[in-house]
Amino acid sequence: MWKLLKYLKEYRKESICAPLFKLLEASFELLVPLVMARIIDVGIKNQDTAYILRMCLLMVALGVVGLACSVTAQYFSAKAAVGFSAKLREVLFAHIQVLSFTEMDDIGTSTLITRMTSDINQVQSGVNLFLRLFMRSPFIVFGAMIMAFTIDAKAALVFVVVIPVLCVIVFGIMLISIPMYRRVQERLDRVVRLTRENLLGVRVIRAFCRESQEIRDFDEKNDALVKVQLLSGRISALMNPMTYVVVNVGLIALLYVGASRVDAGIITQGSVVALVNYMSQILVELVKLANLIITVTKAIACGNRIQTVLEVPVGMESALDASSLKDQTDGIYAESRSEAAAVSFDHVVFRYRGAGADALDDLTFTAKRGETIGIIGGTGSGKTSLVSLIPRFYDVSAGCVRVNGRDVREYVPDELRRKVGIVMQKPVLFKGTIRSNLLWGNEDATDEELIEAIRAAQAEDVLRAHGKETGHTAGQKGASVTEEELLRESLDAPVEQEGRNFSGGQKQRLTIARALVRHPEILILDDSASALDFATDARLRAAIRDLNRKTSAERTGHNSSQAVSEKAADTAGSMTVFIVSQRTSSIAHADKIIVLEDGRVAGIGTHKDLLETCAVYRETHYSHFPKAEEDGKPGKEKTASVSGAGRISGRESEQNAGSCGKEVLA
Amino acid sequence: MKKKSGQKEILMRVLTCIRPHAVLVLLSLMMAVLSVVLTLYLPVLTGQIVDNVIGPGEVDFAAIFAIMRKMAVAIFVTALAQWLMNIFNNRIVYRVSSEVREQAFRKIEILPLQYLDTHSSGEMVSRVIADVDQFSDGLLMGFTQLFTGVVTILGTLFFMLSVNIRITLVVVLLTPVSLLVANFIAKRTYSMFRKQSETRGEQTALIDEMIGNQKVVQAYGQEAHVQEQFNEVNQRLSNYSLRAIFFSSLTNPCTRFVNSLVYTGVGLTGALSVVGGLMTVGQLSAFLSYANQYTKPFNEISGVVTELQNALACAGRIFELIDAEAEVSDEGADEVLPRDPGAVTLKQVSFSYTKRTPLIENFNLSVRPGQRVAIVGPTGCGKTTLINLLMRFYDVDDGSIAIEGKDIRRLKRKNLRGAYGMVLQDTWLRAGTIRENISMGRPDATEEEIIQAAKDSHAHSFIRRLPQGYDTVIGENGGNLSQGQKQLLCIARVMLTLPPMLILDEATSSIDTRTEIRIQQAFQKMMQGRTSFIVAHRLSTIQNADVILVMRDGSVIEQGTHRELLEKGGFYAELYNSQFVMPE
Repeated sequence: MWKLLKYLKEYRKESICAPLFKLLEASFELLVPLVMARIIDVGIKNQDTAYILRMCLLMVALGVVGLACSVTAQYFSAKAAVGFSAKLREVLFAHIQVLSFTEMDDIGTSTLITRMTSDINQVQSGVNLFLRLFMRSPFIVFGAMIMAFTIDAKAALVFVVVIPVLCVIVFGIMLISIPMYRRVQERLDRVVRLTRENLLGVRVIRAFCRESQEIRDFDEKNDALVKVQLLSGRISALMNPMTYVVVNVGLIALLYVGASRVDAGIITQGSVVALVNYMSQILVELVKLANLIITVTKAIACGNRIQTVLEVPVGMESALDASSLKDQTDGIYAESRSEAAAVSFDHVVFRYRGAGADALDDLTFTAKRGETIGIIGGTGSGKTSLVSLIPRFYDVSAGCVRVNGRDVREYVPDELRRKVGIVMQKPVLFKGTIRSNLLWGNEDATDEELIEAIRAAQAEDVLRAHGKETGHTAGQKGASVTEEELLRESLDAPVEQEGRNFSGGQKQRLTIARALVRHPEILILDDSASALDFATDARLRAAIRDLNRKTSAERTGHNSSQAVSEKAADTAGSMTVFIVSQRTSSIAHADKIIVLEDGRVAGIGTHKDLLETCAVYRETHYSHFPKAEEDGKPGKEKTASVSGAGRISGRESEQNAGSCGKEVLA
Repeated sequence: MKKKSGQKEILMRVLTCIRPHAVLVLLSLMMAVLSVVLTLYLPVLTGQIVDNVIGPGEVDFAAIFAIMRKMAVAIFVTALAQWLMNIFNNRIVYRVSSEVREQAFRKIEILPLQYLDTHSSGEMVSRVIADVDQFSDGLLMGFTQLFTGVVTILGTLFFMLSVNIRITLVVVLLTPVSLLVANFIAKRTYSMFRKQSETRGEQTALIDEMIGNQKVVQAYGQEAHVQEQFNEVNQRLSNYSLRAIFFSSLTNPCTRFVNSLVYTGVGLTGALSVVGGLMTVGQLSAFLSYANQYTKPFNEISGVVTELQNALACAGRIFELIDAEAEVSDEGADEVLPRDPGAVTLKQVSFSYTKRTPLIENFNLSVRPGQRVAIVGPTGCGKTTLINLLMRFYDVDDGSIAIEGKDIRRLKRKNLRGAYGMVLQDTWLRAGTIRENISMGRPDATEEEIIQAAKDSHAHSFIRRLPQGYDTVIGENGGNLSQGQKQLLCIARVMLTLPPMLILDEATSSIDTRTEIRIQQAFQKMMQGRTSFIVAHRLSTIQNADVILVMRDGSVIEQGTHRELLEKGGFYAELYNSQFVMPE
């Protein structure tokens, strides 16, 4: 918790002013009885009505000043507390963002959500209350003690005993409560997790008719939460009564000491009354403090949980001094870059944290620039793990992954990832518009580029379908709306959270478009056509090839004609494409196919080679093309189908255009 | 969206939530009275002691000790009463908030899919967690301080009345001013608290989305962009929070100011009365101290009022969720499916998610028991929607779906859904062990059955290789399991339940073709004589289907067996041939 306080620094002025003004206000409040005493002693004694009125006006003035101070204090403390928690949320969110995949897998999403919301809220109220009261309470408690000493040192010793005892009680209860509140938050985590699971997995839960079990489960977790809440409540409930007892026992002691001192003629009756008043003042203040302590205790427990997340080290040492590294190495790599392999794996071993076995075992291969690499293998054979290593989502356990001849660990992550366009298995879009989602790929992309990428990703019909609503408005504006304009308007079609208003296949194609927008050096398609039908898949692959050719041509064109930026020279040459697939048909055209089995390479080669040499590949292939096996003439069928495909795609797009035209008219 | 219910209604709702705990509330109230009365009595005893301490040699120790014993008893009783009150309050508050949470969760279980599909999960989590939290905090403050505050006011009022009725009236007439001020501020802060709550929900939704899909964010190097987006919401939230907190915290100083005016007023009228000979100085000083004591609880109460504001704003959002319209109740559904249902009929079914874009129109289909129905078609043609309708995740807009001649709206959902086994493309596993996940549909399954199901779905071999086998705990999103492995687990889950009918929506899309074929075989064996619906892109996997429906734009354009459709040379034939394209 304490380390978090550095984020309060920005609000140093506010955090100092708040308690100060509070103190001022308290002092003004203390003046009021004195003025009243003057009214009685002077005004009434002298029957001076004018004096009484003047003093009353003074009291009102004191009230106004007190109000001003208090409002200022409240403002500063609110500002500091809110600013602090906002800063904390920002820092925490930023930290979570740089956590590597391994840590994210470890920690889990739900608990991060509680920490970002519930925990920070608690810290906010803690800081707010703390700033308002922490100066005031000790000020009054110790002030009372000092005042007691001015009256009678021996009687004041009672205060010297009482105050430490109070401290022990207050801090003791705090110390016991902090771990309790942590447990409360932990149990809250579980409730959050269950709630989230039930929201995200609603279809499965209902399909299995598990609602009543889920409710039972929830009740159980909820009860567990209530139990710790009650337990921690029971302990903090002790605070008030215990302090009450201590102060009042102190009071009795004070009265006794006072009585004997009066009996001995050392102090007067009036002094005893004053001493008693001071003791009561402490009590009143402690009652206020008790609330503060509970809130602060909660805040500390929650703050510690936030601290824990902030202390999770960023698993991957990013090359912090990468800029210098780059300077050193740039010269060396610049020369070799043109011939260097785009991606190379050198005896790579990889194991997920906590996993029983290696996900990848001694993997070695090279992908040249512009090559298409197919990756195929059984379920859980390590296909996704392999491609995850290229943008360095995980670090290798042994061996080395190089991009452009340079170890991925030597790149600034951002620089590396800018080279890579990855389409993940699970397609995810984010709340916003289609445009805002695609711009993730490349923020400077023009509408034309976006539409080009969407066309290549075979998602034009998605755009049309979802753009319909925006299209209507365009239609009303004027009759002469061109096709292009319509598409451009459709880019503003809204996307709901996680893209839930798109079907799986639609999302997949849009995520592919997102990757294409970035014109990556390395394009990775991780089984990203699984929800697409075969015709679309085939067209998609053809389009990516075309795009690749085109962009590389463009780039070389740029090279020769214009002043070339260094960047363009870097990326000169075409895209290296990795395609992970279950279907041999999707990767058969690849320059190189890597067949994985249980994390090991079962074969590397072209489709033709592998059919001859690799049993696993053969089996996979024929499981899908049983006919070819029978005919024994796969080559012939292939050529026949190719022409067929051309025909289909032609007609498809015609039909698409036709149906969309109708929609627009309607 | 429904009109936001006003504060009063919400308050009434909260009170009805508390009603079951009326006994505890009563006990807590009694304890509050006891502790306040004793607390007020203690100064009287102290005064008596002081009266016995007159001067040197004039101290009556015997009397003092007697009073001290009384004091000691009073102190311990007060402490006990306070402690009990705290405990009762804790109990009321935590119970009430836990009940509210349970209500909200129960509602989530019966909300229509329509609602859940259109509301962000993060936002709902924020309602169930953060809002309930704030609600209970506010309630706790309310109980502990409101009770004692009110009792203290009544107590001092009594003491004041016993001193001077006229000035008491001045006090009583003036203090409501502070309540008016508090009320004035409270009305304005409520909307701020509401906004704060809403923005908090929005932020939670963003956190949920971004942290849940952090891999994509990182892959696209969008951390800075997302952070910017987050900061924007964060900034807005902190603006609202600042205003909510600041405005609400104005209540306390303002009421205190009003109270100091009251105090001055009492002082003025009192002093003038003394000057006029209507009152003694002693009476005035006693009165002033009581006036002070009387106004203090108003400060506290006004402080509590702001907490309650926040609590009410949060409660409002929870009640909104609790009050959301549930699925059409199946209470009246009296039909029951026979043991092994198989015949499914769809008659003139029309359905769309939004009124503006019709999706499925006039859809007819008749499936005989034991038939294997395959549904193919381009993406977005309505296949998944059809499954939503079959499972009654959504209700048809028009027409009817019947199983064994019984309209599914006349069946209990449990009965209907229990008749299907479903594997979706979007795998969902929960945090827990592999075993728990497989046995989800049948928690009573034996070890052998679980392993057999895992073997049938070809998940056994990879499970065995996990560090703790079937007891391996997987994380929230399935952890490190690959997409294909997750699908295998989902299949094992269904294989274990052995349902009379089966729905497979791209169930094997992430599984390699070799394993897929083996799973197909297992499914075929299992589904012998059972009706099944299969959605697949890999047409090879559905060739054996009894009837293939080719869908496009929400309607069936071709229907028949694989062979018939190929011969027909229509859309299906095109789709089929295209998958054997081997581009060079």
